[in-house]
Amino acid sequence: MDFSYKEEQQQFADALRRWAERDYTFERRRAIIHSDAGVSPEAWATLVELGMTALPVPEAQGGFAGNAVDMLVVMQELGRALVVEPYFATVLGARFLQLAGGQEELLARVAAGEVKLACALTEAGSRHDLAAIAAVATGTPDNMGVSGIKTVVLHGGQADAFIVSARHQDAIALYLVEADTAGVAIRDYRTIDGLRAATVSFDHAPATPLGAPGQGWDILEAATDYGAALLCAESIGVMDALFAATLEYLKTRQQFGAPIGKFQALQHRMADMFIHLEQARSMAMLAAVKVDSADPEERRRVVSAAKARVGQAGKFVGQQAVQLHGGMGVTDELPASHLFKRLTTLGLTLGDADHHIERFIAQPGFGETD
Amino acid sequence: MDLNYSAEDLAFRDSVRAFLAAQLPPELQDKVRRHLRLSKEDFVRWHKIVAAQGWAAPAWPVEYGGPGWNATQRHIWEDECARAGTPPILPFGVNMVAPVIMAFGNDEQKAYYLPRILNCDDWWCQGYSEPGAGSDLAALKTTAVRDGDHYIVNGQKTWTTLGQYADMIFCLVRTDPTVRKQEGISFLLIDMKTPGITVRPIVMLDEEHEVNEVFFDNVRVPVANLIGKENKGWTYAKYLLGHERTGIAAVGRSKRELAFLKALALRQQKGGQPLLRDPLFAAKVANLEIELMALEVTVLRTIAQEHQGPGPQASVLKVKGTEIQQMLTELMVEAVGPGALPFDPAYLEGETEHAAGGDDDAAPLAGYYFNYRKTSIYGGSNEIQKNIITQMILGL
Ligand SMILES: Cc1cc2nc3c(=O)[nH]c(=O)nc-3n(C[C@H](O)[C@H](O)[C@H](O)COP(=O)(O)OP(=O)(O)OC[C@H]3O[C@@H](n4cnc5c(N)ncnc54)[C@H](O)[C@@H]3O)c2cc1C
Repeated sequence: MDFSYKEEQQQFADALRRWAERDYTFERRRAIIHSDAGVSPEAWATLVELGMTALPVPEAQGGFAGNAVDMLVVMQELGRALVVEPYFATVLGARFLQLAGGQEELLARVAAGEVKLACALTEAGSRHDLAAIAAVATGTPDNMGVSGIKTVVLHGGQADAFIVSARHQDAIALYLVEADTAGVAIRDYRTIDGLRAATVSFDHAPATPLGAPGQGWDILEAATDYGAALLCAESIGVMDALFAATLEYLKTRQQFGAPIGKFQALQHRMADMFIHLEQARSMAMLAAVKVDSADPEERRRVVSAAKARVGQAGKFVGQQAVQLHGGMGVTDELPASHLFKRLTTLGLTLGDADHHIERFIAQPGFGETD
Repeated sequence: MDLNYSAEDLAFRDSVRAFLAAQLPPELQDKVRRHLRLSKEDFVRWHKIVAAQGWAAPAWPVEYGGPGWNATQRHIWEDECARAGTPPILPFGVNMVAPVIMAFGNDEQKAYYLPRILNCDDWWCQGYSEPGAGSDLAALKTTAVRDGDHYIVNGQKTWTTLGQYADMIFCLVRTDPTVRKQEGISFLLIDMKTPGITVRPIVMLDEEHEVNEVFFDNVRVPVANLIGKENKGWTYAKYLLGHERTGIAAVGRSKRELAFLKALALRQQKGGQPLLRDPLFAAKVANLEIELMALEVTVLRTIAQEHQGPGPQASVLKVKGTEIQQMLTELMVEAVGPGALPFDPAYLEGETEHAAGGDDDAAPLAGYYFNYRKTSIYGGSNEIQKNIITQMILGL
């Protein structure tokens, strides 16, 4: 077995790390968060230049055909630097397009960094249930309109087009809707972790069907599993940064005439955080490997296991890191609290730990013994 | 053993309930129950309403304006206030500096400050912690050097809760740097309007301005503002800590928040039924409710033993109380899931009627969860409380 990264993967990671350390500093990020736009065109341009938007797109559309393990490397770095740009939303959208087939031209434009996408999947009260869809699509295949309200659409205000889940004649179906088309209203706002999201209302908005009839749910599940695997990778990057910051704090903060890291109560806490992180890292790797290759049952099982375990680790590492920072941990001033907030929202996005434990239990293999 | 309230206790409770029903302004109650941010005016308004009734300082002796309640009555009062959703009576004046003034202040200090504290004429804040002195409070460095009728104070305090509104700060300052670090500390009352004081906000992780840094640059403080004897401040500070009430457990508020959590989880749907009917979620809520029941009884046991004086037992209440408070906020966020993500400070400040993400119930919850991580850090962190339990109670 080989758990090492390929040379190109390491190069991608290094390039991202160098850029973040130089240009996407904590202070720079803070300025971006508090700007009206909430995202940075320069940062986006750099991500495009570094090949990040091309990475997951097939070669036929001008991409690098990167797999989920390649993306693991990228997402870890974006997590470490707490990048708030609309990268994940776009990449997840591209995954939908790829799984559905067609839309080659749009994919090529995603690869080139010319368009951003957002996925409008959740509705008021749907919590983690992506099948709880009230939005409807009506009309004929070449004259479709989508109506409904989608909530907490990540980077919905920055997107050029939406992937929208809706019901068509009782079946779940997916559509592509342009952002600046008739019948689309967007309310953009900040999220608690400094990103952007939007409430997007569709009122008979012109919509292009994605995928063959009857495939909607399968595509939706496969694409969001890919998304969940990416979020696991991002969480590992966030936890790595938070763990390192906390370790450093324990070595430098003096109380009672000693670095607080000399107190055994805190040493054991750090050890527990480390154990959580290593278990989570293993699961994020497993998910990245399996999400591309496994059959759907195995894919669901592994991705849910990973999202659950990483979510639990994120909660533990996040809460403990804040606690060990004492008062400084609950201020806006240190990266620690921002990393904690990001971990919290990553845990709530595309299914929390409980949701994925239930999905894990529900997979056919769970009830069988041999 | 009888674990029921007596008939007198119940009658007392009814009188408290009647007072709250008549006097608690609905708009204040609404803000508290919906987890919106309270303004200075909100705190002062409620304090003055309670003061007019003579109930603002339940633990004070009658001679200073206390209502003469016993420990059970004080508990019932706090419990009912929390249940109704009143703003808190801030502890810095009534429960922190006042007992020290009563025990160690001179007659002039008592006559001047205590009535003003009772009526909330001054807004007090606590100046103990410093950048280098948090858990290790005795490491404080702010100096006060005698110069005739004044002390000249230099240094920095931090984490000063709501100090941006304060008229007065009570401080621990170093008056003798040559002795053991617990000695040579004095207890000073300082007028926040004195020249040389600068207050700088510290923004919390939920972007609320709740704490401050306070800088002292050659601040002249009259010697008349010294409490008790010079260099004896550590004794007074410890007295104050010992004076921490059972209210630290916040059982009443947690009961109100548990009810909120359940109502929330009844409105949230999962698999076509209310989330509260989901076994996994219901089990978490049930475990929390049971833990809270146990804490309430532990609090009542502590109250029943109060004639023995407050002791390290308060550490049990602090640790468990804060764990429960934090778990409540955690489950609220879990209950709404991605609905907790939208962030709208204008809504939290009461400047807009509806929250950006559309769900008014959910809007404050993530910020509430983040903010409440503070409860296991301040007032003696939970690690320090466990050190107290192991050393003072268990003798390890
Ligand atoms: C929101 C908020 C409001 C506050 N309000 C006030 C106020 O109004 N006035 C005021 O004076 N102060 C106030 N404080 C300060 C508060 O009392 C301190 O933050 C607290 O005592 C912890 O100190 P610290 O932040 O310096 O953490 P540190 O002492 O640096 O502790 C860091 C970590 O190390 C742990 N630790 C430290 N020593 C030990 C040990 N011996 N064994 C095991 N673990 C240890 C701590 O538990 C913590 O997890 C406030 C703090 C906060 C967060």
